[in-house]
Amino acid sequence: MHIMEGYLPVGWAVFWWLVALPFMLLGVRSLTRITKANPELKLLLALAGAFTFVLSALKMPSVTGSCAHPTGTGLGAVLFGPLAMSVLGSLVLLFQALLLAHGGLTTLGANAFSMAIAGPIAAYWIYRLTMQLTGKQKIAIFLAAALADLLTYIITSVQLALAFPSPVGGFIASFAKFAGIFAITQIPLAISEGLLTVLVWNWLQSYTPQELELLQLIKREPQSHESI
Amino acid sequence: MNQSKKGMSNWLLLGGVIILSALPLVVARNAEFAGADDRAAKAVTEVQPGYKPWFQPLMQLPSCEVQTFLFASQAALGAGVLGYLIGLSKGRTERRNHHEDAD
Repeated sequence: MHIMEGYLPVGWAVFWWLVALPFMLLGVRSLTRITKANPELKLLLALAGAFTFVLSALKMPSVTGSCAHPTGTGLGAVLFGPLAMSVLGSLVLLFQALLLAHGGLTTLGANAFSMAIAGPIAAYWIYRLTMQLTGKQKIAIFLAAALADLLTYIITSVQLALAFPSPVGGFIASFAKFAGIFAITQIPLAISEGLLTVLVWNWLQSYTPQELELLQLIKREPQSHESI
Repeated sequence: MNQSKKGMSNWLLLGGVIILSALPLVVARNAEFAGADDRAAKAVTEVQPGYKPWFQPLMQLPSCEVQTFLFASQAALGAGVLGYLIGLSKGRTERRNHHEDAD
């Protein structure tokens, strides 16, 4: 979903940087708070970061005949809240901008806003809403991850359409064009991301029950050994 | 959910991902599968023909091969950390269960 280096006019590049910065700063504060209060959560935090790192390196083919990558931010957002992901996601984007010439420094604000801020916020609320409505945790995780992924690409399309409104048709025509490239390509990938996130969630449930309990994502089971 | 049922659902999840990423190669056989980023950059110059990117990446990759190397490294690093952490927690959980059983 990266907007490539230099592909946003200066005004917009600055604007998105200014929008993204407060979230990143709040994110740093949220991360320090989490790790200070519960140092044992560092393991899960590293895991959430690594998950985003892997998924955003996987450029997968899509039915539209082009390739894009999942974002991996839904998992961390559900575990630690959206602010923590604003830092982890931005770090991944910074790495890609500096070392892979993928995305860019001038467009980092915009890219961070779509992938590391808006996506995780959506994931967090979709998870909570689905849990309230259905109480089915796996469905909630799947929807959170998949829709956050999709939303990331929709936001990217909005950002590009705002900066480059079409001479005929304006913002709407431009948005349709960019969304045709990004959002449609992303639909199968968003489903993949949802499935992969549930897969990792299954592992977390089996192997890190204490940490999840701490995050109040699972309730303490009444000492049963039915799984053995 | 018991352990074998969970294992089964994990394989199904993985299978779903593999099908989703293999299917496009069959369905859209003749497509070029270029990156969506590049296509968006092209679209920008279609909407606004005169637009020139005003900033260049600090590091220019010498070739496609180098880019593949870096992307593979990113995936390998991430997957390595992920695998290590999951293995670590698995070991811890198993040891704890073992202790509980022994008590």
